[in-house]
Amino acid sequence: MLTYLAKRLLMTVPTLLGAAVLIFFMLRVVPGDVVEVKLRGDGASITQAVIDAERSRLGLDKPLPEQFASWIVGLGKLDPGLSMWTGKPVVDEMKIRLPLSIQVAVMGALIATLLAVPMGTLSALYRDSPVDYLLRIFSLVGLAVPAFWFGMVIILLLLWLFNWLPPVVYTPFFVDPVANLSQLIWPALVVGIRYAAVVARMVRSSVIEVMKEDYIRTARAKGLAEKVIIVRHAMKNAMLPAITVIGLEFAFLMGGLVVTEQVFNLNGIGQLFVQAVAHRDFVLVQNIVMFIAAVFVFTNLAVDLLYAAFDPRIRYR
Amino acid sequence: MTLDATTIGMPARSRPRPGPWRKFVRFAATQPLGAAGLVTVLVMAIAGALAPYIAPYDPVAISFGDMLAPPSWEHPLGTDNFGRDILSRILYGARTAIIMGLVSALIGSTLGAIIGVASAYFGGVIDLMIQRVVDIFLSLPIIVLALVVVAMLGRNLVLGFDFNLILAISIPIVPNVARVVRSSALSIREMAYIDSARVAGYSTRRIIFRHMAPNLMAPYLIMLTAFIAQAILLEASLSFLGLGVTEPSPAWGLMLAGNAVDFYRQAPWMIIFPGVAISLAVFSFNLLGDSLRDWLDPKSRLR
Repeated sequence: MLTYLAKRLLMTVPTLLGAAVLIFFMLRVVPGDVVEVKLRGDGASITQAVIDAERSRLGLDKPLPEQFASWIVGLGKLDPGLSMWTGKPVVDEMKIRLPLSIQVAVMGALIATLLAVPMGTLSALYRDSPVDYLLRIFSLVGLAVPAFWFGMVIILLLLWLFNWLPPVVYTPFFVDPVANLSQLIWPALVVGIRYAAVVARMVRSSVIEVMKEDYIRTARAKGLAEKVIIVRHAMKNAMLPAITVIGLEFAFLMGGLVVTEQVFNLNGIGQLFVQAVAHRDFVLVQNIVMFIAAVFVFTNLAVDLLYAAFDPRIRYR
Repeated sequence: MTLDATTIGMPARSRPRPGPWRKFVRFAATQPLGAAGLVTVLVMAIAGALAPYIAPYDPVAISFGDMLAPPSWEHPLGTDNFGRDILSRILYGARTAIIMGLVSALIGSTLGAIIGVASAYFGGVIDLMIQRVVDIFLSLPIIVLALVVVAMLGRNLVLGFDFNLILAISIPIVPNVARVVRSSALSIREMAYIDSARVAGYSTRRIIFRHMAPNLMAPYLIMLTAFIAQAILLEASLSFLGLGVTEPSPAWGLMLAGNAVDFYRQAPWMIIFPGVAISLAVFSFNLLGDSLRDWLDPKSRLR
C-alpha cells in the first residue's frame, strides 16, 4: 500500500508538469500582456520606453524558457512569482481568499452528497414511478439552470420571503459560525445543487446495476429485511461509482465557484481568477489554473485510495 | 421487437425512403421529450431570426421615460434600468445565443472529431501524445479553460463579431469530443469492413472519410447537440462575468451582468426573464441531445 501510494504520488508529477507547460505556453502564444492593459488601458499615450521598463521589471523581457524554468522552480518552493497587476506575491493573493472558497466548495460537496445519495437510491428503487420522474426532472433542470442565475433567484427569494439579504462581509467560521454560515450557505447551495444533479444520476444507475446482482437475490432468499438489503448490501456496493463522480466533480465545482462568487460578491479564488483574466495577469492566471489542476489530480488520487477502503476486493501493488 | 403486418408484409426495398416529416413523426413517437425539445429550439431559432419583425421595440433604444417599468401591455416583460424593452432584448438575445452556441459547438465538435479520429487511426505515439494533452485539458472545468483562452487572446472584433469569444467557447469542447469520438473510432477500426478496405488497397484518406466517418456520425451528432447547450451556457456565463459579449449587444448573460443586481428590489423582472430564457434554451438542447442519444444509439438505453 505504501509503495503504491509513493508510486501514485510520483505519477502526479508528470501530469502536473505537463499541465504547467501547456498553460504557460498557451498564455504566451499571442502577443500582448498585462503591461499594455495596465498602462494603455485608459487610452493614455505611453512611450515604448516606459512599457519596456515595466516589462523588464516584471521579467517579461527574458526568453520564455527561462521564464518558464524560474516559474517551475518557484512552484516547487511555493513561491510562484508576483502578480503582474498588483505586484504582490501570488501566494499571498491566493492565501487570503482560499479559506472562503474551500469552505464553499466543501459545503457544496456535502450538500450534494446528502441530496444525491438518498435521491438517487430512491429513484432507482422506485424506477419509472413518479419519484423517479421527479428526480430526472430535477437533474435535467439542475443542469440547465445557469449557476449565476440560480444564485440571483435565491437572493430574490430571500428578499421576498424574509426581506433579508445575506451579509456581505466575510467572517471566518471559527470567529462567528452563525454569521459565517448565513453568508456562505447560499453559494454552497448553488454549487451543491448543480453537483447533486450529476451525482444523483450516477447513484441511480449504479443502484439499479447492483440490485440485479446475485448477492442481492441471495440476501433476499436468506429472508433479510428489505431495509438491511438496501442499506448494507446494495448501497455499500453502489457507493463506489458514486464516490468516483463525487471526487471528479469536486474539482469541477471550482468552475461553478467562478460565477457563483461573482453573484454573491465573495472575495474568493473564483473572483480573483476572473479579475486576473480581465487584466491578462498571466502569472496569476497560470497559478490559479495549476491550483485547480492540482485539486483535480489529488482528488482523483484520494478517490482511488478510498476505493481500497470501501472494496476489499481491490488490492494495490 | 413485435412483428406486425407492415414489417412483414412489405419488403424494405419497395418502401420509399422516409422524408424528413415522416422521420420527425417517428422520432416524436418514440422520443416525445426530445420532440418537445426540438420544437422549443426551433421556436427560439425562428423567434431569433424574425426578431426585427416581431420585437415590439428597438433592443438598444434607451428611453429614460420608461425606466424600470413593470410588465404591462406596452412592455410585456417590463423594461430595464435604461428603459430598454426586455422582451425585445430577449428576442434579439436568442439570436446571439443560438448563433454563438451553434457556431462554437460546430467548430469545437468538428475539431474534436478530427483529432479523435486521427488519434484512433494512427495510434501509437501520436495517440499517446494527443491523449495526454486531452487528459490535461479535461482536468479543468470548461469555464476555467474558456477563461484561459479569453486571457490568452484578449478582444478581437471582426465585423462586429467577436471571433475570439467563439474560440474561447469552442476550445473547451474539443478535448471532450475528441475523447468520445476516439473511443468510438477505436472500436470501428477493429471492424471487419475496415480490414477489408485496407486489404482492397484503399488509401488512408479514403478509409477515414468513406468508411470510418459515416459510422461516426451518430456520436458526433449527439455530442454536437449536447455541446450547443453547453456553449449557450458558457456564452451566458462569460457575458455575465463581463468577459463575453459586450454592451450594447443584446445577450441573455449580459442582461444579468454588472449592475442588474442593484435592482433586485425595484425590478425583479430584469433578473427573472433573461434567466428563464437561458434555462429554457439549455434545457431544450439537453432534452434533444439525450433523446437523440437514445434514438441513434439504442445500446445506451439499456444502461
